[in-house]
Order: sequence, then C-alpha cells, then structure tokens
Amino acid sequence: MGEPAIQTDNLGKLFRLGAGAARYDTLREALTRAVRARRDDRRDLWALRGINLEIEQGEALGIIGPNGAGKTTLLRILAGITYPTEGVARTRGTVGSLLDVGTGFHPELTGRENVYLSGTVLGMRRNEIRARFDEIVEFSGVERFLDTPVKRYSAGMQLRLAFAVAAHLEPPIVVVDEVLAVGDAAFREKCLGKMAEMGRRDRTVLFVSHDLGAITRLCTRAVWLEGGRIQSDGSPREIVSRYLEKSTPERLLDVEFDAEPGTSVSVRRASVRDAATGEVLTAPERGQPFTIEMAFEVRDVLPDIDVALIVVDELGAVIFDDAVRDRASVGTLSGEPGVYVVSATIPPVLRAGRYLVRGWIGNRYESSVDHDLLQIRIAPRTEDPREFMERTRAVQPEIDWQVKRQPLP
Amino acid sequence: MSPKFRARTAEEPQGYWREMRPPRRGLPRLGLRELWEYRDLALILALRDLQLVYRQTLLGVAWVVLQPLVAMLIFALVFGRLANLPSDGVPYTSFALAGLTVWTFVSTAVSAAATSLVEDRDLVTKVYFPRMLAPVAAVLAATVELLITLLLLIPVLAIDRVVPPVQVLTLPLWIAGAIVLATAVGLWLSAANVLYRDVRYVLTFLLQAWLFISPVAFSSSLVPDRWKWAYNLNPAAGLIDGMRWALLDGPSPGWELAVSVGSLLVILVSGAAWFRVAERVFADTI
Repeated sequence: MGEPAIQTDNLGKLFRLGAGAARYDTLREALTRAVRARRDDRRDLWALRGINLEIEQGEALGIIGPNGAGKTTLLRILAGITYPTEGVARTRGTVGSLLDVGTGFHPELTGRENVYLSGTVLGMRRNEIRARFDEIVEFSGVERFLDTPVKRYSAGMQLRLAFAVAAHLEPPIVVVDEVLAVGDAAFREKCLGKMAEMGRRDRTVLFVSHDLGAITRLCTRAVWLEGGRIQSDGSPREIVSRYLEKSTPERLLDVEFDAEPGTSVSVRRASVRDAATGEVLTAPERGQPFTIEMAFEVRDVLPDIDVALIVVDELGAVIFDDAVRDRASVGTLSGEPGVYVVSATIPPVLRAGRYLVRGWIGNRYESSVDHDLLQIRIAPRTEDPREFMERTRAVQPEIDWQVKRQPLP
Repeated sequence: MSPKFRARTAEEPQGYWREMRPPRRGLPRLGLRELWEYRDLALILALRDLQLVYRQTLLGVAWVVLQPLVAMLIFALVFGRLANLPSDGVPYTSFALAGLTVWTFVSTAVSAAATSLVEDRDLVTKVYFPRMLAPVAAVLAATVELLITLLLLIPVLAIDRVVPPVQVLTLPLWIAGAIVLATAVGLWLSAANVLYRDVRYVLTFLLQAWLFISPVAFSSSLVPDRWKWAYNLNPAAGLIDGMRWALLDGPSPGWELAVSVGSLLVILVSGAAWFRVAERVFADTI
C-alpha cells in the first residue's frame, strides 16, 4: 500500500482528423467529412492532454465524464494498445484490459474452446486457465453447454461466459471500460461483487462507467475527465455529485429527442407532469405526486418489449426502477411498430433534491434504449422544517405517525 | 532508455516499471523476445484458425490434401498432357506436386496472414499483444497444413516410381525457407492492409501473378540463362527448384539460389521494419 502502481506525466494523445485516406471507423469518417466541409485542412483533436495522475496500488479509481472526454483513450494508452502523442505513462507490471465483453470470442467455437481462447487473449497462461477452468465455468453457470458452439448460446449465456473468463484474470492492474452496462441485473450484481473483490486484493482497478452508482459503490477514488483534461479528482461521492451538478442543466422537465437514425426504437419526448391535471410541471415540490410520461417510436418489431424507468439520485444511487411488465398487464405494449406513450405515476416518496430519470426500452436480449431522459429538482415544501437530516434518508414517504399516551399505572 | 514492453508479471521482479511513450523516430526494435513470451497466444490463435477452417465442412481435414491433389491432376492434364511442358525428366504429376506443396502453402499462408490483423480487429483495439503475432499465427496454422500435404508426396512419388535422392535430407531447409517467405510477405501485406484496404483486392491479383512467374507448372530450365538472375529475384523460384532437387533429383541449385535467398532476406528485413513502424497507428486506424 502506498506504492504507486500507475504514474502519468503530462500524458497527451492527438487524433488527426482528416488525415490519411482510408478510415473505416464510420464515426471518424463522419467527423472527417464534417471538418472537411468547413475547412479543407486537417484538424487536430487532443483526445487527452496534460494528464498527470498517480494511482496507488490497491486503489480502485473510477473515471467519469461525458462521451468523448478521453476516458477510453486513457485506458487504452495505459494498456499499451495505443501510443501517447506526448508525455509518458508508467505502470508497475502488466495491465489487463477489459474494454469489451468477450474479447477474442469466436461464435463458431465451443464454450470450452472459447474459454481458452479468450483467457489467453486477455493475458492468462494456458496452465492458469486449466487450473481455474472449473471455477470459471461454475461462475458462468453454462456447464451444460460447454461443448456447444457459442453461436447457439443465447446472448445472455454468451455474456455470462465471457464475463466469467474476464472476472478470473489476475493481472496486478486492470482497466475496465463500461463492460457492465450489459447483462441481466442479478448477474451484473454478481460481477460487480467480483470486481469489488478484485479491488480489495491489492489489485489496482481503473473503472470507466456511466453507472455513477457503481462508481460510488466500488471505487475508492474518482476522476472526472472533460475534454481530455482532468476536471477534478477526489472521493467518488464528492466527484459524482459535482459531476451531476455541473454536467446536467438545472432541470429538464420536458425534453424532445430526435429520432436516432439506424435504431429500431427511439424516445421522442419525455416529460414530468402533474398527476392530477396532466400539465407539464415547472417546479415540482416534495410530497406532490407526479407522472413521468415517455413517448417513443418503434420502427421494427421488438418482441417481448418492456419499458422501464430508473430514478437516480445525485450520488448516482438508484432510488427505484420499475418496468411496465413488473406491474400492469401489458395491454397495448405489443412491440409492433408504432408510437407509444407510457406514463408512470410516481408516489410522493422522493425527498427534496435532484434526480436523473433514465429510460430503458428493450427485451431480455437487448437494450434498445438506455439513456438519461430528464432531470428533476424537487424543492422542499415551504412548511418543511429545516432539512438537517436531508442526506441521511433515501426516500421521504408520507409516514402516518400515531402517538398515544396513557397515564402511568 | 525505456524498459521494453514485457508480457507477464508473475515472475517479474518488484519495482518493475512498464513505460508507454510516444513512438521514437527511426528504426524500431524487432521485439523477438516479446514475441516468444507471447507464444501461448500465437499457438492458440493458430489453433483457432485451424479449428475454424474445417468446422461445419463435410470433408474436414481432407480438404488440406484435396486442394493440392486436384490442382496436381489439373496441372498434369493441362500442362503435362495438352501443353506437353517438359518436367525435368520425371513424371509430370510428381513434378507438379513438388512445386504445388510449396505454392499452396505460400499462397494460403500469405492470404491468411494478409487479412489476419484486420480480421482480428477486435483484438488489436481491445488488448495489447505484439502485433506481429497475428500474421505469424496465420502462417503457423498454414504450416500445419503444409506438413499434412507433404505426406501426399509419399503415395504420388511411389505411383510415379520416383525414388528420392540423398539430398532429400535437405528438405527441411526448403520448407523452412517457404515458411520464412510466407512470413516475410505476410508482414508486408498485413500491415499494409490495416492502412489501406486496397490490399484485399490486390491480393488475388498478386497471388495469381506470382504463380505465373514461379516454376509451379513449368520448369526453371525453360528460362534463358541471361534472365536467370531476374527470374530468381522471386524467392519462390529458388525454393521450388530446391524442393525439386531434393525430392526428384532435379537440376541442382547454382548461383541463382543466392539471388533468391538474398531477395528473401531483403523482403523479410524490410517487412519486419515496415511492420514495426506501421503498427504504431494500428489501433487508431484499423
């Protein structure tokens, strides 16, 4: 402990947009074209600049920041996948990289073959894999299908096997990029537990995630990257709450979204409405029931469609999540193409504070939509006493207290 | 000087630091030691390639033997019977097969190596490994097939009543030469393919042209002496002549062999150097 495991010194990475002829990355192609249209010259983009970090052995560092902030680039440099343009990064020992679930997996090969393949690709030796093989298989829960080609696995089974391999890696430093955004909730928790365990065993973990709750739960320290630079660095709770405060506007109670081209489902509008009148709320108050309404388009049939809302507080903790299929008979939510409007009435339990509402649409196999929709700031009620205990409670339901007094016998 | 990238950690001393710096200018190191440390990965990638090629096929591994066998029969019919090309005094079938074993290997290995990095794009962008490993593993997989094909020579030579001469003992040398050749060209093409996908289209044409200038269907004795030096700049020419000398007691290799070996070394060294320079941008361009 106390020994640095990673040091970076003025680390920077430059991407030259518009240089080179053959770029197959569609995003980069699009950028190139956009840049060319304005000015014929090449444009430089510093994906990372002036990064000075010192991470101690045993630390679990969470990295947060908006898309394009350079989070993945940082991980890729540390893992040796790509070169920095300036500065230097030093790591004590090798870095295992978990930038994707199932790196090296091949659909034609069997589960057993893929465990060996993926394990080796991720840096395990053959005898290490052999020694852990049973453990990996047990963790994944796909024993029965070990000799079946992975292409016949369900998406969920593939994920479980892939993650089981990754979870058993033992390099002294691991960089993890958003791989937990997939998979079913129970298995995700199991994986998070495994990662937390990794962190405890003197291993240094760098963890990029949009799941701010996971960052506060798993990490001992957090860094907020913005535009390729370190915006702030400190305890996860502090950084996450600062990030949420800054990165999202004051409040977003009625938002329209553009249809995303190339996707089968997209949210078009989300709003917070008065539960009684149906009007869009401008300043919700604590104790006031409200409705979250979400309109979305389904362009290609999505069988077994389900819609969920996730409400997250300013520390990234999930206050509740709920799906249509948890409650209602599904009725007209058939998954056939069309425009759907779902609304959920939220009972008055939220304490005063700031919340993010995330929308999720998908089925057991895929998440078609999973992103932040709304930001709600719930004001304290004027008659509320000073909120001296504010931070200690997660919810503030209307509790009906009864007090009776009897005279002493 | 920065410590080199090293692979594993278990046996590394305390205080070992690995550094990531911007690529230096000038010629890079070859990194052979690191390649060796990652041999498990090369083996498993080669194994994967072998497993994949014949999975869900009816004939399976029989394809390895069928390809050169069918080519041999066609060559024997078209070039041996119809065109009546000379075959250095041995039956044309044996003559063709000796060349075809080398050629089939070189062309499979080179095409597999050329596309190796691009096909394993996921690996290149998601994990670190010495990038040379990808084309090397592709050549390795093809080498296993080559060894199987060589077995085909036994019955064919027996049918043709050809008894291999003493110099058959040099056979491993020619095979090693073919492996080096495939690796050298594979290094060139695989790195080029990452940067310019045109390589995919050039590849077919290149292999075709290469076949025509190599003595697979014809004998090198047809080439006029004053052009021998240019003809032997193609290392495959020297290698196939060597194969025929070793197996069929064909014309013994002379000074032309030196031209082939020299040219092979130039391709190998330049290929490795170019690969190491080009690989700096692989993960960003692939």
